[in-house]
Amino acid sequence: MTALLEVEDLRVAYGKIEAVKGISFTVEAGQVVTLIGTNGAGKTTTLRTLSGLLKPLAGKITFDGQPLNGVPAHKIVERGLAHSPEGRRLFPRLTIAENLQLGAFLRKDTAGIEEDIQRIYDLFPILGERRKQASGTLSGGEQQMLAMGRALMSRPKLLMLDEPSMGLSPIMMQKIMETIEELRTQGMTILLVEQNAQAALSLADQGHVMEIGKVVLSDSGETLLHDESVRKAYLGED
Amino acid sequence: MNELPQQLANGLILGAMYGLIAIGYTMVYGIVQLINFAHGEIFMVGGFGALSVYLALPTGTSLILALPIMLIGGIAVSVLVGVAAERFAYRPLRGAPRLAPLITAIGLSIALQQAIWKWYPGGNKARVFPQFKGHSFDILGATVQRGDLFVLIAAPACMIALGFFVSKTRSGRAMQATAQDRDTAKLMGINTDRIIVLAFAIGAAFAGVAAVAYGLRTGEVQFRMGFIMGLKAFTAAVLGGIGNIYGAMLGGVVLGVAESLATAYIEEIPGMQQFGGGAWKDVWAFVLLILVLLLRPQGLLGERVADRA
Repeated sequence: MTALLEVEDLRVAYGKIEAVKGISFTVEAGQVVTLIGTNGAGKTTTLRTLSGLLKPLAGKITFDGQPLNGVPAHKIVERGLAHSPEGRRLFPRLTIAENLQLGAFLRKDTAGIEEDIQRIYDLFPILGERRKQASGTLSGGEQQMLAMGRALMSRPKLLMLDEPSMGLSPIMMQKIMETIEELRTQGMTILLVEQNAQAALSLADQGHVMEIGKVVLSDSGETLLHDESVRKAYLGED
Repeated sequence: MNELPQQLANGLILGAMYGLIAIGYTMVYGIVQLINFAHGEIFMVGGFGALSVYLALPTGTSLILALPIMLIGGIAVSVLVGVAAERFAYRPLRGAPRLAPLITAIGLSIALQQAIWKWYPGGNKARVFPQFKGHSFDILGATVQRGDLFVLIAAPACMIALGFFVSKTRSGRAMQATAQDRDTAKLMGINTDRIIVLAFAIGAAFAGVAAVAYGLRTGEVQFRMGFIMGLKAFTAAVLGGIGNIYGAMLGGVVLGVAESLATAYIEEIPGMQQFGGGAWKDVWAFVLLILVLLLRPQGLLGERVADRA
């Protein structure tokens, strides 16, 4: 079977500085795949390239059997690839409900959209209670819930989450990780970028360790979680 | 003599024109953080567009019948020039250092002035703009010319339509999203290039309406008219809080009224006699701008930029 997402020898540069230096990986439908690594490893750059915000220098991206190279960002969402960006990036002066509606910008099925919004409120009841509140006034954890909910509103085939646990309290982080787990049991395919390697690897079917623009180690989440070098470098053990 | 109602009416009429033009500065800035300094000239060409339509109509057409078609002509020319400026002058410079589009805007503004001066028949002098004939109206103690009624109706109508568009329509929502975070708007599936064109087009359309109002009020259009009007409207946009559409209209009205009152009453302040009269009106407008920049740099309705967690 062919993978939902196939990345082949992807290279991305900011000006002359190459941030991603030829990485390859695949995401099968129904899998949770994680990219872990330190700051500056190129994880966010990879996601921003997959969603079309950055143009790759070289390499091939195939999504759902179609090449994504040269497709503008607003068309990539249409193909079923949703991206919840680093730092949540909500529309701060719009309400929770308006942010969710924008997540469904390309959909025309008003009834289905309402249903999905309700489903997000069921998933995160606090968002339902505050639906008319400007999103900029929410706490970090609430903003993260909304960012994930907004990405889900496009009914994606693949959900990309960039640092969903960043800056959250341990309780909130656990809530977010539980939500990802729940999405996985519902059959959602997820590409997860995390600095919290422990949490990400515990969830992931497949993990890739990135270092300064390259994938240095790839294995199942379980194996990487117990890999000695990974434990040393990313899980703070010596 | 009680001339206060008259001064307020003059200020309101002038301010409504400033406000209509200011919308173009504020919308474009709100979305691409660019001050389109050619916007004054986009206003100016609208005046010539409307005049051309009038001249093309059979002589003797009554102005009230001609006005809607002139308005369409003025708006069409402004929008065409505004959208072309975005497409061919500004879009290639997106991502360039901010000085580049600024210099381009100034160059474009000179080019448009000179194009009218050189190629519009009689464009090197002021061209007469048609006027409403008949007596003026007396409204609450102020005399209002027939032609000035146009802007007093058009400005609120435009603002209501724009408010509805921005808050209630799909494209309007997409525009707000694009203004708040352009990259993330793309991730929602919004074609932000199209939204940017739309912002230029709406701003230009409002400038076209203002140009017709200007022609009706002053009785002429000329190639330089966009310079001072554009500068005043830019002041109004900053005064109201750049990026805020209601602020632009409010800033326009506040500026118009302040200018009008200063012109009339400054000379009555002891020691200020020599600063009264029309010759100083531009000075007072820009003094107001400087005061706002010093005391409330975010403008009357502007928000402090601190909404990203």
